[in-house]
Amino acid sequence: MSQLLNERRNPPRTMSHLQDRRRVPRFEWNAFLQRMHLDAYLIMGILALLCFSAVVLYSSGGEDLALLFRQGVRMTIAITVMIILAQVHPDRLKDVAFWIYGVGVLMLIAVLLFGTIGKGAQRWLDLGFFRFQPSEIMKLAVPLVVAVYLAERPLPPTMTRLFVALLLIAIPVLLIGKQPDLGTALLIGSSGLIVVFLSGVSWRLLTGFLVLCASAAPVLWYFMHDYQRRRVMTLFNPESDPLGAGYHIIQSKIAIGSGGLHGRGWLQGTQSHLEFLPERSTDFIFAVIAEEFGLIGLIILICVYLLITARGLYIASQAQMSYMKLLAGSIAITFLVYVFVNVGMVTGLLPVVGVPLPLISYGGTSMVTLLAGFGILMSIHTHRRMMSP
Amino acid sequence: MVMDPRHRLKDHFREGRLVSNRLIFAGIFSLLLFGIIIFRLVMLQIVDYEHFDSLANRNRVDIEPLPPQRGLIYDRNGVLLAENIPTFSLEVIPEKVSNLDETIAELADLLSLTQEEIDAFNERRKRHRAFEEIVVRNQLTQREVALFSVNRHRFPGVDVVGRLIRHYPQGPLFAHAVGYVGRINQQEMEIIDRQDYKGTLQIGKTGVEKQYEDILHGSVGYRQVETNVQGRTVRELFSQPSTSGQDLYLHLDINLQKAAAEALGEYNGSVVMLDTRNGGVLALVSKPDYDPNAFVTGISSKDYAALRDNPEQPLFNRALRGHYPPGSTFKPFVALAGLELNAVTQQTRTYCPGFYSLPGNTHRYRCWKRTGHGHVDLKSAMAESCDVYFYDLAHALGIDRLHGFLDLFGFGHQTGVDIPGESKGLSPSREWKRNQRNQAWFPGETLISGIGQGFNQTTPIQLAHATATLGMMGTVYKPQLVRATKSDDEDGLQLLGAQQSDSLPIQKSSNWLAVIESMVEVVHGKRGTARHIGTDLPFEIAGKTGTAQVFGIAQDAKYDAETLEKKLHDHALFVAFAPVEDPEIAISVIVENGGSGSAVAAPIARKLIDVYFGIETKQEIEGDESITE
Repeated sequence: MSQLLNERRNPPRTMSHLQDRRRVPRFEWNAFLQRMHLDAYLIMGILALLCFSAVVLYSSGGEDLALLFRQGVRMTIAITVMIILAQVHPDRLKDVAFWIYGVGVLMLIAVLLFGTIGKGAQRWLDLGFFRFQPSEIMKLAVPLVVAVYLAERPLPPTMTRLFVALLLIAIPVLLIGKQPDLGTALLIGSSGLIVVFLSGVSWRLLTGFLVLCASAAPVLWYFMHDYQRRRVMTLFNPESDPLGAGYHIIQSKIAIGSGGLHGRGWLQGTQSHLEFLPERSTDFIFAVIAEEFGLIGLIILICVYLLITARGLYIASQAQMSYMKLLAGSIAITFLVYVFVNVGMVTGLLPVVGVPLPLISYGGTSMVTLLAGFGILMSIHTHRRMMSP
Repeated sequence: MVMDPRHRLKDHFREGRLVSNRLIFAGIFSLLLFGIIIFRLVMLQIVDYEHFDSLANRNRVDIEPLPPQRGLIYDRNGVLLAENIPTFSLEVIPEKVSNLDETIAELADLLSLTQEEIDAFNERRKRHRAFEEIVVRNQLTQREVALFSVNRHRFPGVDVVGRLIRHYPQGPLFAHAVGYVGRINQQEMEIIDRQDYKGTLQIGKTGVEKQYEDILHGSVGYRQVETNVQGRTVRELFSQPSTSGQDLYLHLDINLQKAAAEALGEYNGSVVMLDTRNGGVLALVSKPDYDPNAFVTGISSKDYAALRDNPEQPLFNRALRGHYPPGSTFKPFVALAGLELNAVTQQTRTYCPGFYSLPGNTHRYRCWKRTGHGHVDLKSAMAESCDVYFYDLAHALGIDRLHGFLDLFGFGHQTGVDIPGESKGLSPSREWKRNQRNQAWFPGETLISGIGQGFNQTTPIQLAHATATLGMMGTVYKPQLVRATKSDDEDGLQLLGAQQSDSLPIQKSSNWLAVIESMVEVVHGKRGTARHIGTDLPFEIAGKTGTAQVFGIAQDAKYDAETLEKKLHDHALFVAFAPVEDPEIAISVIVENGGSGSAVAAPIARKLIDVYFGIETKQEIEGDESITE
């Protein structure tokens, strides 16, 4: 019923539009993309970032073509995942939301019990043929389940539903925080909270929640691991420990600062090439970009991120169902939060939490998740007008 | 069920607006956050650009010293005496190692370091600062270099360093003349220009190596290199090459040096041979000697203690520092003093009954020949080394005049030879005795001085130098080991030239000639104490034998060489210059506990003369044991 009513508000022009174009004998990109359930703006933004990523990785990885090839394979996989998800009707996701969430939580528990340890944290689940991080699934499962749950009933949600939603967020966040993977836990928490925020929770409640969070900080501090505390401490005074925890921040600030307005030029960055900059292909790749392409390059990069997010927000605003709006909005904003947390960390505004720069950093896991998110966004957008029978 | 959809429809529209408002809010909030990021980036990249740019440059640019190659040292024939050979050593910069003990333990595993080496390393570590490289092992084999290279990634701050180290191909032969280099120690650190010694581990410690350090060292170069975080060089940015030190060409002659060392044989002692025409040191041997190569890479304290505590004192440079009573080799100078100061004439005759007594004193100063020489004049007294003649002469001169005259020949003074550590010897005077001993000078001491005993102490080089001065009739040249230098940018040798320091104020050449004639009589006279070395020569030698008592023998005590410990044997001495007509060389030979100057020291001098002048002797010249003093 509601779908039909919605159709009336936005009369479907798609069919006639397609028919008009069919008369012209040339390849119809728009029609092709529409049929493939892809969004041209998002695709352009994503491809721009991935191409730029290849350029930067070639430099930061020491001009290693093998490394570039491996990343190319991952990009292909991630794009495939995105295209596949774009074909899935949002309603199907809605149907399986709780199942995905449930399985995800079970896997997180499994990770804590049997997971493989890498870099001091237990994040990986080894299924024999396949190693993956269940926390990545939760990056999408949490906003999905919260959006579906909250949109079941009229918005804004009641206190009871709000409480349940927060519980749905808290369970995976605590499980991931225990691994310990503080960065991912915070990002997943924020992606869930963004849904709550978008659902129209009153400002009064939001303010109260923020105050609660602030007062919870000392408790959180108590539960932190030593290395996490050190990272927070060195954030405030990185020079106090230049060879230890502060080293990352000092070196990355030097790399960024020495880039200046124009940068040293591609392949000319000294800090990265001379191995002063740690994690230069992964978490700290932003500093490599800063050093080689300067402020101008960074502003262009940030603009691309903002444009992608803006497109995501537009898609959210155009979505027909509340859960779609909530989910799309969360995906778009979370994407920007990733960028903000990574850039904030590299520039020394935020603690070092180990969040890669979206779609630029070397590595496959986060890219697959991000592009899966964009697949969902595209699905939401492109299935909009195809709903009428 | 009917109400429900309508209810939802209304809500849905409102919901849409609610969520859209929140989306707009989130978008604006995001822009704000990125405003902060951009502000931060502007701060870092524009405002503080200079600061971070200089930090970045400091991060990557390292200045590495390029140590100069030390100059080589050659003998007069161009035979290499000191060279630089490549060697690989394993070095650690403690500052760049996170856990030094662990690293050393792992290195010990890898290269099977001995506990001794580890202890030595720890000892060195205390003497160096954290940013200085410390050697773990020197002279790595090819296999060890390869083994470490493969494992290098495990050892940040540890590296194999290729260096040139000093090598003395002639081993101990030139140890006391050329000297050696060794690790720069703390005191030297304070003196040297540290800038100029960056990257250089060794410095001249003794001999020519020390004296000519400035010339041999050269000047340091630099190269600016890009380094990575582990301090490993990635590429060179700029380099200013070092200037090699100048090569030195010595007066020393390896053949003479070898001959002298061989001739001394098992004896301790010293041979110094000078070129009378320019002061060039042709041979400088001090026995026993040591291998200078042991010091180059740092001698172990055990080995050093063994050298230091050796009762034979191999490290002691006898040629420059050995104090020996000159004995009868002093007599030509005393004779010249007597003639010049009119105490005697060439014709003055003295009766030698075998002893001499001062007027009004019964103490008998013995002549070495107990039966006496009878009537002697200058010539026969010199030839037979009559002590009584010289007791009388010294008595007539008095110590003041004698001391003043001997001063002219450099007794009691450094000769100024161009290697460090020379001793002044001792030429006693009334004043000296008052100052040092707080005693009056006794007339008997003048007599003893007259035959080169008593307080007199001379060094072998002093004796050679004085003999050369005598042979040149008063022209004094400073003894010099280095003949010429050669730098890379110049062709040919830069000759240093002779350093004529003085001409003695002696007026009558007849006095010179008389003394020289008497010395010729020593070698060529019928009764000369060194006549056995005067055969088969195309020219004449002027010489003087000497036998110096190691300790005083009580009055009338029978001197029995057989029953005395070898250590208590007399020192055998001989001085000579040749050819008499136109002197080219002057020699002093001192054989510790050799017994007789005539029998032991003189043949050594003859051997050197033969080598120098290329004389083929038909038979080995044997010391004539029957001639004693």
